[in-house]
Amino acid sequence: MFGDYSLGDLGAIFAMQGFAGLILFSVFLLMALGLAIIFGQMGVINMAHGEFMILGAYVTWLTSLLFERFIPAAFSGYFFIAMVLAFFASGALGMLVEWALIRHLYRRPLDTLLATWGLSLILQQAYRSIFGAREVGVTLPDWMMGSMQVSDAIQIPINGVFVMALTLLITCGVGWVMYFSRWGKQVRAVMQNRVMAGAVGINTERVDRYTFALGCGVAGIAGSAFTMIGSTGPTSGQLYIVDTFLVVVFGGASSLIGTIASAFTISQAQSTLEFFLSGSMAKVITLLAIVGILMLRPQGLFALKIRK
Amino acid sequence: MTDEPKSGRPSRRGLLKGMAALPALSLLPRSAFADVPATSAIDTTGLAVTDTDVTVGILHSITGTMAISETGSVEAEKLAISQINDQGGVLGRKIKFVQEDGASDWPTFAEKAKKLLVENKCAAVFGCWTSASRKAVLPVFEQYNGMLYYPTFYEGLEQSKNVIYTGQEATQQIIAGLDWVNKTKNAKTFYLLGSDYIWPRTSNKIARKHIENHLTDAKVVGEEYFPLGDTQFNSVINKIKLKKPDVIYAIIVGGSNVAFYKQLKAAGIDLNKQTLLTISVTEDEIDGIGGENIVGAYACMKYFESLNNPNNKVFVPAFHKMWGDKTVIGDVTQAAYLGPWLWKLTAEKAGSFDIDKIAAASPGIEFKGAPEGYVRIHENHHLWSKTRVGRARSDGQYDLIYETADLVEPNPFPKGYQ
Repeated sequence: MFGDYSLGDLGAIFAMQGFAGLILFSVFLLMALGLAIIFGQMGVINMAHGEFMILGAYVTWLTSLLFERFIPAAFSGYFFIAMVLAFFASGALGMLVEWALIRHLYRRPLDTLLATWGLSLILQQAYRSIFGAREVGVTLPDWMMGSMQVSDAIQIPINGVFVMALTLLITCGVGWVMYFSRWGKQVRAVMQNRVMAGAVGINTERVDRYTFALGCGVAGIAGSAFTMIGSTGPTSGQLYIVDTFLVVVFGGASSLIGTIASAFTISQAQSTLEFFLSGSMAKVITLLAIVGILMLRPQGLFALKIRK
Repeated sequence: MTDEPKSGRPSRRGLLKGMAALPALSLLPRSAFADVPATSAIDTTGLAVTDTDVTVGILHSITGTMAISETGSVEAEKLAISQINDQGGVLGRKIKFVQEDGASDWPTFAEKAKKLLVENKCAAVFGCWTSASRKAVLPVFEQYNGMLYYPTFYEGLEQSKNVIYTGQEATQQIIAGLDWVNKTKNAKTFYLLGSDYIWPRTSNKIARKHIENHLTDAKVVGEEYFPLGDTQFNSVINKIKLKKPDVIYAIIVGGSNVAFYKQLKAAGIDLNKQTLLTISVTEDEIDGIGGENIVGAYACMKYFESLNNPNNKVFVPAFHKMWGDKTVIGDVTQAAYLGPWLWKLTAEKAGSFDIDKIAAASPGIEFKGAPEGYVRIHENHHLWSKTRVGRARSDGQYDLIYETADLVEPNPFPKGYQ
């Protein structure tokens, strides 16, 4: 396969391919983080995760329209504001959903699957009614499109770098909140033993609500960021949901480190296989490998050690 | 009543209605009925035809994944129906339509098709978009003898008495485009891409055969498929950079389409320098992709909204007047617009709404008012139409670059390409 190419060419391609793998890793991690909180920490199988992401994407689109119309001078920076708005919009919707739906189902995790699946259909149709059935095109500031010319043959996509930086930031943020803040301790306490946590004075209902909202908010940011690399339409959320669950389940549902490790493993496997095989085959082999590993290690890559 | 045809047994209600109308009849001048044939003469099989109107069906996805694509078709069909009604309808009858939602679900399509034919007795149905939905309703149309006008360009390998295909079959969309790019761009190496289902795979098969057997010194340097909904294309883009093909031939659909073009641009591939030819991006898709991400790409279609001909200059403003200035008109939308018109012309030639007569009268029907220009129905129920190549502009429209001199014959079962 490589006989006809010069060493320089090959070097450049492998450098870019390595980078493609890192971008894929960032994308996987970013979309899985919100779910890692909701599914991993709270045990809610949130099938509507993709729709919370797309809400973020629509908020980004609306923000871009507002900036275009009213403050065109600041258009190049609108994306940062859009991400913040996306976080709050998805978070607020998450809070509402938790109050109306999820809190009644904490002891019935399988029912959350059905309920949130229904919710995802409702949200899709709501987007369709509000924003129209067609996909919307999000205009990005010029500086975010295109690529950096590192050398003659190596080009690095700017939006890829942006996603990587964002993922790093959000992961650190979530890690700090969950493991080092007082509130994170409360969250983990509630998840490990709800009754006991309540007995020592933690307001478990409030913790639940804010945790769910945080997970949804992070999904909103991810959706906002993905307007750079994907589509924004009523059903676009469905494109991400399978990969998202794959990453979280494979990593070991209740571990943030596990999510990171699994995003890394899956993305590297997939991008390498895609390079040597074709897109469909790469997916098949990746999925087969994951199924095989999960059969041997049902708890995922990393699991909490708890006394049973 | 005695001189009525034998086959139509008048029902009691019809009889009563007729009798009730008798006094009114005598008040009207005879000439008002001069060219309006009697219902019994033009409908011998119990279709939903009355003295004043005829019922047809519209069957597309209004909800679910496919709503994104099918919305334009619904809009076009409704526009055509309202225009036909403004001109006096078909055989003196106004068209009424019953709309059903296929909900992007193939069994639902079949069920709704049956409802439109059995319960509503529609004289014609305009609908379906994906091949999967067409395959689901085809047995229903054949069993209950309905007439389907199907708008989408598709992979071919099908022909039915009960379907008129108003879009292109694969060879009409592929061969002329490849010939053009080979000739004008001197393209020798092709990289074929597609979403992983029947249409892109069949189309790429035809493309590969044509490239290998009919273009001199040309070859395929890569062929790859991606699961529907895949959003990550960086690896294949690197492969393309390595192979440096003269032409990227892309048949990617849906959400993947948007991801592909955005990532292509982000990876530094300038479509003004790298030739890319697609048969899956109409103006509708560019709406989602963003014109700035696909500017410079070539698309092979039979219609572009920007076409400069008298028919299209009437059609585009009429469409915008009905559905808003911002709606774009893609290839399939135009093909959907042809459906009601072709049906009207056929019914008038046949002098009947009967399905068998419509099917028999269809070959040879000419529509001179088509926005794409003149079209004609072939014996195989597909359309003769021109193949055109357009180049994407940053505003989401195409510039017409090339069109075949003559109409291209539809060939749904191409020999040597299967």
